[in-house]
Amino acid sequence: MEQAAHLVPLNWYLFLSSFLFCIGVMGVLFRRNAIIILMCIELMLNSVNLLLVAFSAYSGNSDGQVFVFFIMVVAAAEVAVGLSLLISIYRNTGSTDIDVLNKLKW
Amino acid sequence: MMTLLLLFFPLLAALLVLLGGSKLASKLALGLAVVELAFTGYAVNVFQSSGPEAFYVFHEWIASPRVGFHLAIDGLSLVMLLLTNFLIPIIILSAFNRNTPNAAGYFSLILLMQFALVGVFMAMDGLLYYIFWELALIPIYFIALRWGGKNRVAITLKFFIYTLAGSLLMLFGFIMLYWYNPDQSFDIRELYRIYISDGNQSWLFWMFFLAFAIKIPIVPFHTWQADTYRESPTQGTMLLSGIMLKMGTYSLIRWLLPILPMGVAKWGPLAITLCVIGIVYASIIAIKQRNLKNLLAYSSLAHVGLIAAWIFALNIQGLQGSVVQMVAHGVNVVGLFFCADIIFNRTHTNESNELGGIRNLAPQFSTMFIIIVLGSVALPLTNGFIGEFLLLYGIYEYNTWLSAFAGLTIILGAVYMLRMYKKVMLGESGIRVPEFPDLYWNEKLALGILVVVIIAMGIYPKPIMDMAEPVLQTILNKTII
Amino acid sequence: MTETITNNPTLTFLGLMIPLLPLMGFLVNGLLGKYLPKGSTGWIGSLAVLSSFICVLLIFKDLGASEAIQIDLFNWISFGNIDISFGLWIDSLTMIMLMVVTGIGFLIHLYSIGYMHDDAGFTRFFVYLNLFIFFMLLLVMGSNYLMMFIGWEGVGLCSYLLIGFWFKNEAYNDAAQKAFVMNRIGDLGFLLGMFFILFHFGTLDIQAVEGLASSMSANSTLLIGITLLLFVGAIGKSAQLPLYTWLPDAMAGPTPVSALIHAATMVTAGIYMIVRSNVLFAMAPTTLTVILWIGVATSVFAAVIGLKQNDIKKVLAYSTVSQLGLMFAALGLGAFSSGIFHLVTHAFFKALLFLGAGSVIHALHGEQDIRNMGGLKKLIPVTYLTFILASLAISGFPLLSGFFSKDEILAHAFEQNKLIWIILFVSSLLTAFYMFRLVFLTFFNNFRGTEATRHHIHESPWTMTVPLIVLCVLAVVGGLIGLPSVFHVSHLLGTYLSSVTEPSASLLHHGEKISHTMEIGLMSLAGLAAILMILYARRKYITLKAMPEGDNELTGLPKLIYHKFYVDEIFESLIVNPVFRMSEWLGNFFDKQVVDRVVNATGDIMDSGGRTLRLLQTGNTGFYVFAMVIGMVVLFIIRLLI
Repeated sequence: MEQAAHLVPLNWYLFLSSFLFCIGVMGVLFRRNAIIILMCIELMLNSVNLLLVAFSAYSGNSDGQVFVFFIMVVAAAEVAVGLSLLISIYRNTGSTDIDVLNKLKW
Repeated sequence: MMTLLLLFFPLLAALLVLLGGSKLASKLALGLAVVELAFTGYAVNVFQSSGPEAFYVFHEWIASPRVGFHLAIDGLSLVMLLLTNFLIPIIILSAFNRNTPNAAGYFSLILLMQFALVGVFMAMDGLLYYIFWELALIPIYFIALRWGGKNRVAITLKFFIYTLAGSLLMLFGFIMLYWYNPDQSFDIRELYRIYISDGNQSWLFWMFFLAFAIKIPIVPFHTWQADTYRESPTQGTMLLSGIMLKMGTYSLIRWLLPILPMGVAKWGPLAITLCVIGIVYASIIAIKQRNLKNLLAYSSLAHVGLIAAWIFALNIQGLQGSVVQMVAHGVNVVGLFFCADIIFNRTHTNESNELGGIRNLAPQFSTMFIIIVLGSVALPLTNGFIGEFLLLYGIYEYNTWLSAFAGLTIILGAVYMLRMYKKVMLGESGIRVPEFPDLYWNEKLALGILVVVIIAMGIYPKPIMDMAEPVLQTILNKTII
Repeated sequence: MTETITNNPTLTFLGLMIPLLPLMGFLVNGLLGKYLPKGSTGWIGSLAVLSSFICVLLIFKDLGASEAIQIDLFNWISFGNIDISFGLWIDSLTMIMLMVVTGIGFLIHLYSIGYMHDDAGFTRFFVYLNLFIFFMLLLVMGSNYLMMFIGWEGVGLCSYLLIGFWFKNEAYNDAAQKAFVMNRIGDLGFLLGMFFILFHFGTLDIQAVEGLASSMSANSTLLIGITLLLFVGAIGKSAQLPLYTWLPDAMAGPTPVSALIHAATMVTAGIYMIVRSNVLFAMAPTTLTVILWIGVATSVFAAVIGLKQNDIKKVLAYSTVSQLGLMFAALGLGAFSSGIFHLVTHAFFKALLFLGAGSVIHALHGEQDIRNMGGLKKLIPVTYLTFILASLAISGFPLLSGFFSKDEILAHAFEQNKLIWIILFVSSLLTAFYMFRLVFLTFFNNFRGTEATRHHIHESPWTMTVPLIVLCVLAVVGGLIGLPSVFHVSHLLGTYLSSVTEPSASLLHHGEKISHTMEIGLMSLAGLAAILMILYARRKYITLKAMPEGDNELTGLPKLIYHKFYVDEIFESLIVNPVFRMSEWLGNFFDKQVVDRVVNATGDIMDSGGRTLRLLQTGNTGFYVFAMVIGMVVLFIIRLLI
């Protein structure tokens, strides 16, 4: 188990997940479509998941993997809620562009 | 048992009045307030025969943080209770025949106020005290907001927030005290005992002092006062100036001096200077005030400044004087505002240049008014004199020059009070005074009682002084470092 | 102490009744006055004072000159180890004052029944008068300074009420207020003096303080401080420089009030107080010097102003100020009993002068300007006769009361300081002149008023003339109580008062006692000079028929004098107006624009802060997310740096 885990060095995981995380951040920052933003958030969550699993494997402690399950459950719930909100928004405004949603100001 | 009855009876009375409906409200409220006064009288009797032990109440209340339901009545509290419970019936009586809208609510709030005030004066646990302290703000806020004058909304808001801000500092202070107390409790007996370092005492001093200074008020924290007095309905003004201010001065004696002796020793001189400057400042401003209620507000500011100043002078005659003067000022200021209300009720103005000549039309009223004015300018054989004599002597022991400076209030007080009396009452009839019916029965009764008290206290102040002396001596001993 | 305290219960009871009777008169008239038949209130008030006077006489009969009555009613104020009792003290000095206050007080009450007869405030007048007598009695009977202070302020109150008795008149109200406030300035001095005493002696009991003071080192700063502060009180109450301006204005009150309060009793309270604490003052020679010079200055200053006044009561008022100055000069010379002697004779003739002036005003229906009088000699003979005798007495006409009392003071001055003697001598010459200027203009030549007024002139009713006659007798023979030693009889008053003044007599350094020849010489000189001044006035105002100029015709020094050296105006612009302006500035600008603005600024900062910060709430989700990311990055950087 240990041997197998060390086939890929930890740094690679770190680079990959940071890369994924940054993609997520950039997507959230620069895209205007609400669905894509939601997906980007999922991407960020999953990059963190990846990191948790990697560390868990390297340190031989399974706590991290337990956390990942939690996150996946929460993320699923979040997606469900988020998407339903989006549908509701789409029904009301006919668009999923977040720039349209600027009524809640001041 | 007695203590609980004294405390909760006004609350019960407030409920009864509220349920009794507006028609009965004033009479019912008066009756119940008189009953409360009778209880207080009985309490004085018990106090004199068996001492403060008879009034001790203690129950565990909240486990964490440890708050006890600790009530007690010692001489100092008893004097304050007497003042409160004596003035409330007078205040209620003053509102008779005034066609107050929604009278049930009005009188009920006055009685609720009494409940809170009584609580403040007998609570011996920091947090409990704080609760009553804040509770007292609520009825007066609604009284001023609902029944006040033209600009009531903005002015009551300012008053509310200003005093609340001060009180929050005090709450903060109590929480700090709680943590400094190794036994972690708010109980006054423990707070009197704990050791607090010099630096911390300074911080705590300012927290408490600001809270009290705003409530009293001490210059320069007074700007809410004149406006609020003017815009509140008269009964609200009476409650504020007659009793509520005394919460501040009472608390200085009860909480600030004994708990923070080092803070007082360090900052007391500054506080006295502030007070004394405030006395002269307020007296000078009062001279040229045109609105009667404004003038009375500034005069009250000068008087309470004196009370506060001599509390910090830390000697027995100063403290004695402060207690006597708290009572005297309460009685006088209620009388003065009542007179202002009587004038307003008949002429619909309190602007002194529209008044004048009332002396010709209402001799009884004029006589009562001048006696109260004289009480407030501290003429010998009135209650005001005893207090001012003791207080100026107290400050004298502290610092000769300061007492000469504070003594200017004796001159300035005569100037502004007599000027006011001259403009309002004497001379030819003013433009708003075509006719002026003399006192109605309720006014005659209320003013008559006040006048009798003013003179009786001036001739024989000893009972009040004796009642408070042992407590004051104990507290004074704690301030000696 | 040279006095022994008697415990005679009868005397104690009588002593207690003295102040209580006028108090009862006050209460009965004040509370029940409106139910009593009109006119009876005046009699009730008068009888109350009369019975009080009888009590005084009864005590006088039984109380030895060196005996005293002490009455402690109850413990009034106590704190720490200090007890101040509500106590009364009657000794020979008190007796003198009591006789003056109740005796002259009664006569003036009686007079007022006639004088105030038609006034709507008849009952109210007697209520105030009785209250005044009560407070005045407390003042002279108080066994400690605080009791004295009750009376001290109480008489000030009554003075306020009575000066402003006709309260519809704004000028009168202003005068009343001025009197009260100026007295208050003095009272503050008195109060501070009491604090000094209380702090350093631990008691306010006058006898105890005197005892303690006599064992201290003379002229110590403490004693000087105490006595100067007490003297400030006396300056206010007894209208000395610079606080005298209220007294001429106080003439706004009804004339009996001027006679009782502003001539005979209240204004002499300062003299009484100093004599009462004579040991204290004798221990502070510096203060005595101050008193001496203020008294001398006031005496001559007021006399000069008196020369040019045209209001009959104003002349008398300045004369009172001048005479009070003379009394203070006597005290300053250490001649305490002489001061009291002059106080007593002055009470006789000055009360008489005021009552006479009142009778004149009564006859002329309110006319007070002497330029509109004249020729009243025949029309109101009783008033004329008594008035002229009183004027002779005050001018120092030989063998009348004022002659002896004034002479005693002048003799003391001559012994100690020739300069003082000269100034006082000049002052008394001025007195003779302006008094007879007044007499001649009022009573001689032809009537200068309108025919209608002349038609109504009539002598006053008996209630007014009887007091005039009684006082006139006293003013003439009053000097008998203090005959100088050249007559080889004992000085009755001096002997009677010796138990009070003796303790201080040994402390004072007296000048060389003048010889009898010298004394006779001085007396003759003074008498002669007074007569010459009277003759000069007679020549000027009767023979040459000189008339005082109209208000606008005066120039130069006379104008300055006529306008009282503009002292009122100076006070006005130096003190009153600045205070008023400051009041307005503080109230309208500083309090609202500075202090309150700071308070409001706290709220405004919150308010505008909220107004600005809420703009961040753009409603744009992208912006929120961007802000969030930036925030996180910043947090990371901070975390890395620390």
